[in-house]
Amino acid sequence: MSATGASIGTRASWLLVTPLIVVLVFAFFWPIANLLSRSFFNPDFSLDKYETLWSQQLYWRVFGRSIWISVACCVICLVVGYPVAYAMARLTGWRGLVVAACVLVPLWTSVLVRSYSWIFLLQRNGVVNSVLQDLGFIGRPLQMLYTEGAVLVAMTHVLLPFMILPIFSTLRGIPPELSLAARNLGAGRAMTFWKVTLPLSLPGVSTGVLFVFILALGFYITPAMVGGPKTLMIGTVIAQQVTELLDWRFAGALSTVLLVLTLLVAVVFQRALAVERLSGHAS
Amino acid sequence: MSQGTVRGAAVTISGVSRRYGSVTAVNDVSLDVRAGEFISLLGPSGSGKTTLLMMIAGFEIPDDGTIAIGGRDMTRVDPNHRNLGMVFQKYALFPHMSVAENIAFPLQMRKVGKADIAARVADALAKVQLAGYGGRQITQLSGGQQQRVALARATVFNPPVILMDEPLGALDKKLREHMQIEIKQLQRQLGATVIYVTHDQQEALTMSDRVAVMNHGVIEQLSAPRDLYDEPQSIFVADFVGDTNLLTGTVHAVENGIVALDLPGGERVFGRPAGRTREAIAPGGSAVLSIRPEKVRPGAGPGSIAVRGGELIYAGSDISIVGQTRDGRPFKFRAGPADAAGDATVSWTAGDALVFAASGDMPGAGR
Ligand SMILES: Nc1ncnc2c1ncn2[C@@H]1O[C@H](COP(=O)(O)OP(=O)(O)OP(=O)(O)O)[C@@H](O)[C@H]1O
Ligand SMILES: [Mg+2]
Repeated sequence: MSATGASIGTRASWLLVTPLIVVLVFAFFWPIANLLSRSFFNPDFSLDKYETLWSQQLYWRVFGRSIWISVACCVICLVVGYPVAYAMARLTGWRGLVVAACVLVPLWTSVLVRSYSWIFLLQRNGVVNSVLQDLGFIGRPLQMLYTEGAVLVAMTHVLLPFMILPIFSTLRGIPPELSLAARNLGAGRAMTFWKVTLPLSLPGVSTGVLFVFILALGFYITPAMVGGPKTLMIGTVIAQQVTELLDWRFAGALSTVLLVLTLLVAVVFQRALAVERLSGHAS
Repeated sequence: MSQGTVRGAAVTISGVSRRYGSVTAVNDVSLDVRAGEFISLLGPSGSGKTTLLMMIAGFEIPDDGTIAIGGRDMTRVDPNHRNLGMVFQKYALFPHMSVAENIAFPLQMRKVGKADIAARVADALAKVQLAGYGGRQITQLSGGQQQRVALARATVFNPPVILMDEPLGALDKKLREHMQIEIKQLQRQLGATVIYVTHDQQEALTMSDRVAVMNHGVIEQLSAPRDLYDEPQSIFVADFVGDTNLLTGTVHAVENGIVALDLPGGERVFGRPAGRTREAIAPGGSAVLSIRPEKVRPGAGPGSIAVRGGELIYAGSDISIVGQTRDGRPFKFRAGPADAAGDATVSWTAGDALVFAASGDMPGAGR
């Protein structure tokens, strides 16, 4: 009886996910597979686009820049985000709500709007330059927009919630009496954080880092808007190939490399996490 | 911190209060715990037991009063500088550390050498019958084993005082009784002072040298277990500790140390005046008589009452009958082998019943 019940349940649940699978296959996997596979055929099998990619310094630099900006973005998000997540997990009542709102409201605002607001702040006659000039810190307006710094700041702003939320949720899940026990056993506040809170929040940290890194690597809108030709990132280059140069095959080659890079990072992270679990955590 | 010959330290709590907004969780409590004593804080939920313990541990700062440990004022000292052992209800073991690492933690904090740590961890594990379990992960242990690890961790640095907040609350009855004995033995070995929070009166009575019964943030009574049961100082304690029947009535007379009490049903019962406010018992005043089920015997006599509709209640070794008095109050007494359910007439020796002035029961009145 239970067997029939279970099999009907399984069949019913397959029925429930079928529409999703159909949509995913036709709107996601198929076009992606199509794009990626195009890069290998001309019309017979050929690696000519990969040879171009390999031989031109420009693309090496674009990938290098994408990786370093993503790493920097991750580090900044972690350094800024961890304390915010910690405060959110600690504060109760209205204080906690205020901090949570500060994190969530940007998340609900369009990336476009947030990127425009950075242009508004950073441009030649923008808010930051005017204030600095009025205060007499600088004589002439600084070039801030279209620099790597601008890209980094704007991307950090957009991606910060993806770091804060997973860390916050693991911190919230740590039973408060663990800190009390550590204090009771002789650990000061800093030692308690170092020995108990931080290690137990590491799963949230790695989730956040993975989120931010992968999102940053393929980021398009923000770098395209606040970055210039000197700060090209891979997402922007792929879009250019498709929309301006109509070179779908080259876009496919770039996308393949990006996808492989992303998967590589994900796998390495998963491994690192698993090793850490084995050595330090309960199996 | 000397090893081996640890002596418990005295804990002196003087006039301590803690308020949360309009709630007074602990209200002007004073308590002298002697060095090496096992003392229980017993009371219903919300009576302030945990709050008092948290103030001793240093996680809460009293609004008023002082707490001294081993003669040193600790009222405002950080928890990590109090050198107290503590066992939490949910054990609070560190899930990312092995059993041995958990037990080593307080020693590392005290900068004990590596070799010394290993020896003392092994020793502590042996003391709680977990020799060889050091490499295990916390999640691989049963509830009882986790509790033992928590005990080992709280005692491995030989603290002079150990605090426990319902440490056995999550265990089943059998294991709980077993652990009670283990905790008691461990305490004797270590010679430490233990302050033990529980709302299980059986646990408090069997383990403690003295029991402090708390209610509404005050200590209602501080006595040895025997006295707590035989000589409760208030209706609350009589009712909370052990089983009892409470009969409310009007005092008819007080003569030769015996109170005659008229019940609303028209019966007259007898008992001896008791409690802190026994002087307030006077003819015409209202009072409450407390008689334990095991002191009641079947049959008529002076001060007998009728119990109607009695039902047999089996509780393992002993059988009780629960019926109703004439004015509809539940009344319980031990059944003899020949007793059957139904109506009965029961009586008791006046000296076995305690009469409290009804006004003496106001929560927090006098100490
Ligand atoms: N942090 C707090 N904030 C507000 N009120 C609190 C706080 N801690 C305790 N209280 C209140 O103080 C009173 C005493 O609580 P406490 O936890 O000391 O009781 P307890 O005797 O340990 O009860 P239990 O047997 O349920 O554990 C309760 O009314 C409780 O609601
Ligand atoms: Mg409690």
